[in-house]
Amino acid sequence: MALKLADYKTEVHNDWCPGCGDFGILNAIQMALADMQLPKHRATIFSGIGCSGKTPHFIKTYGIHTLHGRVLPFAQGAKLANPDLEVIAVGGDGDGLGIGAGHFVSAGRRNVDMVYIIFNNAVYGLTKGQASPTLKLGMKTKSLPQPNVNNSVNPIALALVSGFTFLARGYSYDVRHLKDLISKAVAHKGLAFIDVQQPCPTYNDINTKEWFQGLDNIDPHSGKAMPRMYKLEETGYDGVVHSPDEINEKMAQVIEKSNEWGDRIPLGVFYQNEHVPTYQERIIARIPNYMESPPATQEIADSNGKPITNIERLLHDLKVDK
Amino acid sequence: MVEKTITNSLSWVIGGAQGSGVDSAANIFSRACAGGGLHVFGKREYYSNIKGEHSYFTVRVSEKPVHSHIDEINMLVSFDAETVFRHFEDVTEGGAIIYDPENAEILIDEVPTIDDQAAARIKKTLQDAGFGLKVQDALEHAKKRGITIFSIPFFQILQEFAQKANDPALGKLTRMVNVMALSASMAIMEFDSSVLAGAIRFIFRAKPKVAELNVNAAAHTYSYAKAKFGNTNFRYRLKTRPIDKDMIIVQGNQSSAMGKMVAGCRLQTYYPITPASDDSEFLEANEILDLYDSGKKGSTVVIQTEDEIAAIAMAIGSALTGARTATATSGPGFSLMAEALGWAGINEVPVVISLYQRAGPSTGLPTRHEQGDLMFAINAGHGEFPRIVLASGDIEESFYDTIKVFNFADRYQMPVIHMLDKAIANSVTTCKNFEPGKIALDRGSLVHTVTDADKGIAGNYLRFKLSDNPVSPRVVLGTKDAIFWNTGDEHTEEGHITEDPELRVQMMDKRMDKLELALKEIPDEDKAVSYGSGDVVIISWGSTKGAILDAMDKLAEEDIKVRFVQVRLMSPFPSELVKTMLKDAKKVIDIEMNYTGQLAALIRQNVQRDFDYQIVKYNGRPMSLDEVYNAVKRIVSGKNVPRRQVLKIGT
Repeated sequence: MALKLADYKTEVHNDWCPGCGDFGILNAIQMALADMQLPKHRATIFSGIGCSGKTPHFIKTYGIHTLHGRVLPFAQGAKLANPDLEVIAVGGDGDGLGIGAGHFVSAGRRNVDMVYIIFNNAVYGLTKGQASPTLKLGMKTKSLPQPNVNNSVNPIALALVSGFTFLARGYSYDVRHLKDLISKAVAHKGLAFIDVQQPCPTYNDINTKEWFQGLDNIDPHSGKAMPRMYKLEETGYDGVVHSPDEINEKMAQVIEKSNEWGDRIPLGVFYQNEHVPTYQERIIARIPNYMESPPATQEIADSNGKPITNIERLLHDLKVDK
Repeated sequence: MVEKTITNSLSWVIGGAQGSGVDSAANIFSRACAGGGLHVFGKREYYSNIKGEHSYFTVRVSEKPVHSHIDEINMLVSFDAETVFRHFEDVTEGGAIIYDPENAEILIDEVPTIDDQAAARIKKTLQDAGFGLKVQDALEHAKKRGITIFSIPFFQILQEFAQKANDPALGKLTRMVNVMALSASMAIMEFDSSVLAGAIRFIFRAKPKVAELNVNAAAHTYSYAKAKFGNTNFRYRLKTRPIDKDMIIVQGNQSSAMGKMVAGCRLQTYYPITPASDDSEFLEANEILDLYDSGKKGSTVVIQTEDEIAAIAMAIGSALTGARTATATSGPGFSLMAEALGWAGINEVPVVISLYQRAGPSTGLPTRHEQGDLMFAINAGHGEFPRIVLASGDIEESFYDTIKVFNFADRYQMPVIHMLDKAIANSVTTCKNFEPGKIALDRGSLVHTVTDADKGIAGNYLRFKLSDNPVSPRVVLGTKDAIFWNTGDEHTEEGHITEDPELRVQMMDKRMDKLELALKEIPDEDKAVSYGSGDVVIISWGSTKGAILDAMDKLAEEDIKVRFVQVRLMSPFPSELVKTMLKDAKKVIDIEMNYTGQLAALIRQNVQRDFDYQIVKYNGRPMSLDEVYNAVKRIVSGKNVPRRQVLKIGT
């Protein structure tokens, strides 16, 4: 029987603020799961801490709500122990780019075949609106006592130089587009990153839904609002590395596009490079039967509990009569 | 003076600059002795340094099993000046020092790696005895105390060797001096040169050409030393004996790793740290595993992470899939793991942490020994959650304990901290061959299929089902029709967040009740073990075991009987058993490698029994047999004995 969108929803009451951008992302994930007809037990959603950390509780797949900043190591551990799992990690911008930035960079180096989605609203919502690593320098959102004294990190550029092999940006109010990005990210062979612009209606009074829609940005000729978001794919942009000799050129255009902010904010796939071996492939090079017999499914004892691992070869080396 | 010959009882030390092959030489020596039917216990001491600082290896040899080192040196093998300066005082009458005469004129101030404090102490010894400050003076100091000095010009011998082999290039291979020095010591002690050659070939088995070169250089030096010193009548001899075929010679950084293979640990994470990294590297070097009765191969995936936070987080993620998983670390890394440890606790995840202690706090003495992390292992993490902490006393125990800790983790669904330390990791011993089939693997309530009866009202699987049994059946990620959730928040039976006060109490009770269950089920031998008899009772834990057991033997020779209670299970604490064991104790002596006496505090807290005397050590060097023997003897036989004795020996 085909799985429906409703099959991926839980009965848990959702306590995000009314109008929270997180709802759009949650819907997009569920829609993508339904689109892909992914059996519920095969998917695991990992999350960090914060409002976005609650996401797994609203999705009817395995859901692991971990520690602040540590979602990537938890998720990678599960994926590497059982590569048959479809792993999606989610978290906030503070979680992934502040406290968890070290793991973000290191995850890129590994290129484990999974997806990481950052719910990016430039504030720490659940702790009442402090500046996050993606808030621009000098911005003063309403709950900040002083303007932001730190410069912001560029998540897409950081992911690129860290080694992520799929980079995209979505917008939480363009659910269908985001859903497609998630499906592409899951299908991608390697570590995929999606930066989702997600207005926090309670604490970020600068990058609001209205701001993204450009309601303050009226075209003097037509008198209409000029939305700040635009789609890369509609401009003829192609982020896919078709052959390895294109890598430098494609990376350069990612840096350029990821620096666009203000009146023009690109959405869509910035980069995709499947020429980098995944971590799983690197393990297979050393452990040929890794995929058939990964850590999670190896037999370790017989039916009586007797260990079946034979270390005679090693013990033989230690024998004193060698 | 006619001296009695002492055969097969020896304390042998080789020293040299880090990187000059001290380890290889000691490994060859240990293996040669073991191959000659003798028992050995060796320990390695080194600086936090790659090349140049002084490192040394002490090996005790005996016809009976040995479990510790002693303070005296019977044969000191040197090929640099520093080794002579550092150790000449510890060589005892009748012993020997092998040295290279090229170093004779070197002044202590010309050795930059001897730190000011050590240099000042050595200078004082020499000056107080009326000597100068050269290597030659240190040797004269020794000679005056009845020590034989064997002068061997290693570089010159190497040139002769090259000449004889008709290959002048060999004369440049000064890195063979370690093996040549070792060989000279064997010649002086008249050890069987063919057994020595076998040991050299074994240690260099990966490089047959290097092995043969070393065998030949060793043979050449052996002949030289035998010709020159053959009639010296040196007091200490090593004589081969029939081999016990069931013995192995094993290092403490291999034993727990081998236990992990047998236990079915299939994923291990780590961040490099001394002295824990060797465990992970051994697993990785042997990542493909043979399996019995199967054409298939097993494997261990070893992942080097970006830090220890990632190491434990990744290990937990892996454990959630059902893979038996461990991470190995030392104090600084374990400090970083504290938060995730609590996550594993509240989510009832079986994960094993091998905690190889070293001297703290902070970076402390990064390559030296201490048992300073007991209280931390028991208490690490905020809030209250159950954990099992098991401490191994020696290399052999650590193999079997490793299998047990995985069983505990699965059976009680909680993190297990397996406490080891630098003294275990960096020692080598002969012991009975490991029996991999001795301990059955117990995966506890791990289930692969679920029925509707296992589900709650909303139709979700109840991973944290409340029942009479605090241990719920456990499914792993990917199991069909058994979706559950985990969260670091307090959770419902399904694993969703809750802040309900009643549910909070139920879940706390459920988790903490598992400790009671563990206490009930874990056999006494894993809780605490008693050795010997008597109403003077030593309490201790971990790697002090070897020195205590050996000291007890020595005390018994003088009819001094003491009992030793080795506490193994630290959490949950086996209060009843320890109470019984200490019931008839007239005097309790606490022996620990730390400042505060952490086990003593635990016993005071749980058993309401204070110690009468305490023997502690925190200078970074393991306790020797003599230190324990002397301190205990002082307590047993003396008056006005201080309540607390601090041991301070060690280079």
